[in-house]
Amino acid sequence: MSTANPAKKIINNPLKCADELFEGLVIAYDGKAHRVGTRAIVMNELRPDAPALLVGGGSGHEPIYHGLIGKGMADGAAVGEIFAAPPPDIVLEATQAVNRGKGVLYLYGNYAGDVMNFDIGAELAAEEGITVKTVIINDDVCSAPPTDKGKRRGVAGLVPITKIAGAAAQTVDSLDELARIAQKAVDHTRTVGVSTKPGSIPATGKPTFELADDVIGLGMGIHGEKGVALIPMCTADELAAKILDLLFADDLPLNAGDEIIFFVNSLGSTHMMELLILLRGAKPILDARGIKIHQTIVDNIVTCQEMAGVSFSITKLDAELKKFWDMPCESVGYTKL
Amino acid sequence: MPKSSLSKDEVKAMLILACERIIAAEPMLSEADRNLGDGDHGLGMQRGMTAAKEKLEAAEVESIEKAFSTVGMAMMSSMGGASGAIFGTFFRNGGKSLAGKEAFDAAALAAFLKAGADGVKQRGGAAVGDKTCVDAMEPAADKAAEVANASLPEAIQAVTDAATAGKEASKAMIAKFGRAKTLGEACIGFPDAGACSVVVIIEAMRDFITA
Repeated sequence: MSTANPAKKIINNPLKCADELFEGLVIAYDGKAHRVGTRAIVMNELRPDAPALLVGGGSGHEPIYHGLIGKGMADGAAVGEIFAAPPPDIVLEATQAVNRGKGVLYLYGNYAGDVMNFDIGAELAAEEGITVKTVIINDDVCSAPPTDKGKRRGVAGLVPITKIAGAAAQTVDSLDELARIAQKAVDHTRTVGVSTKPGSIPATGKPTFELADDVIGLGMGIHGEKGVALIPMCTADELAAKILDLLFADDLPLNAGDEIIFFVNSLGSTHMMELLILLRGAKPILDARGIKIHQTIVDNIVTCQEMAGVSFSITKLDAELKKFWDMPCESVGYTKL
Repeated sequence: MPKSSLSKDEVKAMLILACERIIAAEPMLSEADRNLGDGDHGLGMQRGMTAAKEKLEAAEVESIEKAFSTVGMAMMSSMGGASGAIFGTFFRNGGKSLAGKEAFDAAALAAFLKAGADGVKQRGGAAVGDKTCVDAMEPAADKAAEVANASLPEAIQAVTDAATAGKEASKAMIAKFGRAKTLGEACIGFPDAGACSVVVIIEAMRDFITA
């Protein structure tokens, strides 16, 4: 059993990272959320008689997914080990804790492990008489062609999607309506990510993938899943244009007059300085197309340890999505006044 | 002395050996996954089998079925991830097929592998050729069905050979599931990490049975 720490992570026990960060997260919620069972976190105050919003996924990508619970965000989260989906019993514990008799919407990223474990969790919940619906986040443009969306992964677009679904969960009265709005947010969201350096696995210190020093992985996933191309290292302005080209080439129409949420996300170690320089490069390209940014997010919310890289997410708003977007929310990962 | 059939206590001992072998194989399994995925398969399997070993050692097993399903439940609960769901399903569904059995013989081996592999295929949607653990599980189950009337030591050796051949065949495949699917042809030459785990487990069963 390895206890080496070659990545110089400031931790206690490489094999206890998921549990210990979870305990820290509960503290960070300042008494507004509590632990349920093995590793689920649930808000203390839940709107009565309302459908519930449950998110979840593996640890190691903080502040997502478990840092996105809060007022106007998700009601609870089922939390897995580092880079591993939560097991079905944690999903069930979280489901029971957030359910208020109106059913539970599962909202999570499209990864095989998450789908299987949440599905088993939903089967266990059904045996207890709890209705569950599922909306799967698949915003990663480069992970499969638009004709094969079922194979697309969920990446940083989950932040605006969870925000919109969280606002809807504060408002609507039926699970079907909550699921419809969450699915609409998914359908209106696209992300393209790039990577310049891998993250590491806390338990081993080994890199999650390999990438030569002089190249950028265009379209790479947050665990280092291969993207569409390896391109030579380039300037921020050139990279911003390449990322936007991939977003414009996808099947979500983006026309003059459209309003979007524009989210520039760091995958971990890419600095705010670089994000802002990229944002500066992207803005005139959006302006030239007449696309209006309704709100900008520049932050590191969907991360993979010290992985370097960035993603651009676009959520195209219509009147309904804009209404939910404009509601305030508060969470460890994302707060909007 | 090779064993012609196993009692519930022997099944328990065999499964503890399988747990220990997976725990010891962590570096190999993680390395296999690092070639194709994010390199955490070995750690997950180690975590699952550590929990399974603790559960098995903590109490008398009631039945052969229970010995296998204990492993499945412990893996599913402690691992999470795709591997937890898949290997948990393999042992749970495989175990269920042995309800009422008081001896683990070649026919029981065949029933276990068939139900386990079918459960995994249904849960994950993978088939032979997709570069997953099914590439070792299904050939093992098919071979076990063929040799269900043979002696247990002969059967488990044939099953081990079939699982190993399946794992080797996975090297030439292009992944259709999990994180490796985005690698395309770049994953050719590496065996699937889940198939490697299947072989470690079946080899441990063989070594226990033929020792």
